Amino acid sequence: MILDMHPVINSGHPSLDLSRPLAAEHFVAMAHLVDFRVPAGFPSPAEDHQVARLDLIELLSSHPQATYFMRIAGSSMTEAGIFDGDIVVINRALEPQHGDIVLAIVDNDFTCKRLHQSNGQVRLKSANPAYPDIRFKDGQTLEIWGVVTAALKLFRKPNW
Amino acid sequence: MYALVDGNNFYVSCERVFMPSLRKRPVVVLSNNDGCAIARSDEAKAMGIKMGAPWFQIRHLEEQGLVALSANFALYGDLSDRMMSLIGGLGHRQEVYSIDESFVDLSGIRGDLVKRAHTVRARILQWTGIPTCIGIGQTKTLAKLANYIAKSAERKPGSYPAQLARVCNLTALSPVELDQILAATPVAEVWGIGPRISQQLQEAGVETVQQLIRLDPATVRRHWSVVLERTLRELQGTACIDLEDAPTSKQEIACTRSFGKPVMAKDDLREAVTEFTSRAAEKLRRQQSHAGMVLVFIRTSPFRKEKQYSRSITVPLRRLTADTGQLVQAALAGLDAIYQTGFKFAKAGVMLLELQAANVLQGELGLEDERQDDRSRLMVVMDRVNLRYGRGTVMLASAGLAGEERRWAMRQERRTPQYTTRWRDLQLVRA
Repeated sequence: MILDMHPVINSGHPSLDLSRPLAAEHFVAMAHLVDFRVPAGFPSPAEDHQVARLDLIELLSSHPQATYFMRIAGSSMTEAGIFDGDIVVINRALEPQHGDIVLAIVDNDFTCKRLHQSNGQVRLKSANPAYPDIRFKDGQTLEIWGVVTAALKLFRKPNW
Repeated sequence: MYALVDGNNFYVSCERVFMPSLRKRPVVVLSNNDGCAIARSDEAKAMGIKMGAPWFQIRHLEEQGLVALSANFALYGDLSDRMMSLIGGLGHRQEVYSIDESFVDLSGIRGDLVKRAHTVRARILQWTGIPTCIGIGQTKTLAKLANYIAKSAERKPGSYPAQLARVCNLTALSPVELDQILAATPVAEVWGIGPRISQQLQEAGVETVQQLIRLDPATVRRHWSVVLERTLRELQGTACIDLEDAPTSKQEIACTRSFGKPVMAKDDLREAVTEFTSRAAEKLRRQQSHAGMVLVFIRTSPFRKEKQYSRSITVPLRRLTADTGQLVQAALAGLDAIYQTGFKFAKAGVMLLELQAANVLQGELGLEDERQDDRSRLMVVMDRVNLRYGRGTVMLASAGLAGEERRWAMRQERRTPQYTTRWRDLQLVRA
């Protein structure tokens, strides 16, 4: 340890005073400072090209603070690829546009449909002919909770 | 220049994000064990429900539509985290002051601050569903006051000019406007002025912030205290309190809880005390401290007409430690000393005292045996396992079995699912 201290002093470690006992935590910091390894083998050719590994979360959410997950119950969106039991990814930061699959609040309940706007009329369209669309009467309000950006299917049942 | 951002009726707002049916209805969130109201919606406030009102006193309001929920801290913590990270966009430095409040240093921010604050506020509302109010002032105390004005202007129209609702920047007001606003604000609303001081000020004829601000700081120090002088200087625009960007280590760590049902047997109390000590020890290790003393208390319910008993004891430790085993041993020894049969205990608690940074070690004269086995690595492993696989995966046997067997366990009959922190709790969506 004594020998190791020279590089630390040279590097101008601010709180090092050899006339006082060292607090235990400084040894940890020192271990970092003096940790220059002498390569014994051939250096890794990838060393200068290191980048972060692909991250699924990054793919699913452009806005992490605005991203939520919910579970689908029902079959009205099957033609859009959303099935009963799927987990949907919802982004609240996106502005809903015509054609988006959205999470809407209808009569205080969450529902997943496709947002359809034409001639100033708004509809929530099902993606399954067996299910009706939701139309709005005058005075009825539609609230979009978020835009559905992905559906996740797990082929092996997880153990939660 | 500082901003204070806080979530309106935060816990209730969190619940409304995932339960749209709660909107426009009177809602309260209850403390641990469904004891008393710790958050109220505006509608619940309008029913006359006070902060901290015991549940049994307001229960009859359910017939008038009141909804009561058990606190869902996993949900509040997650939404708070999202909100705080968006609040950070307001300025360069941020202090998270509580689960629903944050100060931001606005120095160096150019342009229209009110517009900027409205933008951040709208983003928080859209991204997280949480409505907020933002106060801006020359000092932290003024920012806090501005926040109070922004909230009051929104909730009670007519109390302040309507354009100050939601976002209030005191530094953008003309001197005349500012004077009128301060004259309309009672001293009790100032950050740092408690009920006692506010009473004294009123007796001395100082009722509004406008009157307080005209006092001379030296006189205030003579008549009251340095603390009130500092508050006064802050109100006059001299910043005396800086942001605390790094959380300071706690000087004591407590874990106290009321039981779901009254407990009489010592074995049940031993389980509870073990559990509370283990929880406190986890917090102790997280802030990298050791404790030198353990305080244990048990008491009956002051709300029940029964024989009352309340005692506490502090147990000094031979050496500073963060070892759950040693801390629990001390706490249980304390419990043994204060326990009496024949009482219905309603609450127990453990406090770790005389905390010191773990890297400061007291030298010892060789008066006794070698140090016992150092189990700090075992503690690290235990904390990691519990973090990864959930609380209570590894615990001391004296904490007893989880589930039905725990007679003292918390009552949370009205808790909503942990929508954002547990996969099996995901909200269902009709499709």
